[in-house]
Amino acid sequence: MTAIAVPVDWLRGASRVWSRNFESWKDFAAASLVGTLAEPILTLLAIGYGLGRFVSPIDGQPYVAFLAPGLIASTAMTAAAFETTFGSFTRLTEQRTFEAIVKTPISVEEIVAGDIFWAASKGVLGGTFVLVIMAVLGLVHSPVAIAALGVAFVVGIMFGGLGMAYTALCPSYAFFSYFFTLVVTVMYLFSGIFFPLTGLPEWAVLAAQFLPLTHAVALTRALTTGVPSPDLWMHAGVLALFTVFAFWLATRLIRRRLIH
Amino acid sequence: MTASESQPIDQLGLSFSAQSSRIDTEAEPPSPESSQTEEHPSVFAPQPQDEGTPLIVARDLVKAYADEPVVKGIDFEVRRGECLGVLGPNGAGKTTTINMIACFVGVGSGELEVFGFPVNGGQRQIKRRLGIMSQENNLDPDLPVLKNLLVFGRYFGLPYGERRLRAEELLEFVQLSDKRDAHIRELSGGMQRRLTLARALISNPELLILDEPTTGLDPQARHVVWQKLRALNRAGVTMLLTTHYMEEAEQLCDRLLIMDRGEIVVRGTPAELIAEHIGAEVIECFLRGGDDDEAIAALQSAADHVEQAGDEVYGFFREAERARELLPKLASLDFVHRRATLEDVFLKLTGRELRD
Repeated sequence: MTAIAVPVDWLRGASRVWSRNFESWKDFAAASLVGTLAEPILTLLAIGYGLGRFVSPIDGQPYVAFLAPGLIASTAMTAAAFETTFGSFTRLTEQRTFEAIVKTPISVEEIVAGDIFWAASKGVLGGTFVLVIMAVLGLVHSPVAIAALGVAFVVGIMFGGLGMAYTALCPSYAFFSYFFTLVVTVMYLFSGIFFPLTGLPEWAVLAAQFLPLTHAVALTRALTTGVPSPDLWMHAGVLALFTVFAFWLATRLIRRRLIH
Repeated sequence: MTASESQPIDQLGLSFSAQSSRIDTEAEPPSPESSQTEEHPSVFAPQPQDEGTPLIVARDLVKAYADEPVVKGIDFEVRRGECLGVLGPNGAGKTTTINMIACFVGVGSGELEVFGFPVNGGQRQIKRRLGIMSQENNLDPDLPVLKNLLVFGRYFGLPYGERRLRAEELLEFVQLSDKRDAHIRELSGGMQRRLTLARALISNPELLILDEPTTGLDPQARHVVWQKLRALNRAGVTMLLTTHYMEEAEQLCDRLLIMDRGEIVVRGTPAELIAEHIGAEVIECFLRGGDDDEAIAALQSAADHVEQAGDEVYGFFREAERARELLPKLASLDFVHRRATLEDVFLKLTGRELRD
């Protein structure tokens, strides 16, 4: 196989797995969307408008305008993480779907990629929905906001990958609560979605840099508000590093679990 | 197996245990296999003509899990056009061997080539030409029946038109056309097995791997699956089959391997194995205690080999005549006189103790 043939085959295989997930999802799309989309709306209402009434403007903006861009990233994270934990775990264990697929010309790497791309697609869908709501509410101030969906995609790949890596190590469904409490919820609360990181003690600011979602939130906020930040390329770079690592880890661990 | 061979007479009419596989075969209604080839042209698409070419070659094949050897250096070939059966009790290494061929389990050591490709190097090329009917049900429960086949066909890269045509024909072939939109969980066990067979055939494989294809099926469903498999084999599809059912092996397989504890114990055609290891006929006596002794002694002296298991004594005869001559002396016993079967071979070679 030549250097070019490998990624072409890999993408083709992954797209077939992606299609399988799409086929099984599309008949229940409405029901599945309600879950994904209700959360950011409720958060915007309760925290953004409800609690926001008691919060002084941040950088001259009402609180809801500060909050909303981060929800693009967090919605993408949650949607993707759910897909490659509960969804992929079911396909890996109970349903033996991975086993059936890996006995066709599709490889383990392609199955993992297909599921992670599918998770990222759901992330983009969730992110798009939040962006549309923001536009309706007049919270989008720049056409480059559309690029926030690219960030949602990368976030989807990253948390899809992390979820998949955790799935590979997970003995049963009960263990997913650790992942969601200790990884997803921590990211959600401490990545600068709800309060600005600037002005926090130095150690807290530093710690937040190790949460990959922090960099995604900085990017979506800058892109939707149109206020450029000098650190954008740094954020993009860190996000890319975390994403590549998560993808690599997921592939490696799933291969180890599936093939003996 | 030929219908002209005469059946031994069942002396005391213990017909429940005297039914050998051959009787069943003859009782089966004439099957519509011959016409299926024309009815389902794409199910029976032409196969390569190089009959006898080895498709699988295993040499000194070994697999161990955590230093526990499961397959201990086996050699075998599967040749184009044949149906090779692998028999063995639980834990014999059958499924591990099949999984190595399917590139699902890594080879420990030794050589394993499928379609001329080493399993370490040519996985995609190998898997493209294999059809696999796994032991456990792994149909996709998120998709209805027809979509299971369509989506599976896409994994092989079949274009939509071809997938669609083959899927429709395969559903007809396995008699599930009226269930095309049903949910997998609504299907009976037999229907799920038939759909799994159809799925294994979606890519028009050259080699069909069948891991206990009828385990857990009722007799009706089992016979339907056998019919389908025979029709496919006749159309040139090469098969590698594992089973616990001796009757299945006798019905379907040209050649057999009997495996036990990771090794191949014997190999040959069903008839060869029976002739070599058991002989022609068997007298199976059920002990009731008391006045059996004299007759049992007569059996012991006349038979070539005698075996006792629980409340049964088996006498094995190389020559049918000698068994028949003995019959009058056994009148006081509760017994069955029957032809030797593969099950006798299997139990003789792998023992009678439980394996699970």
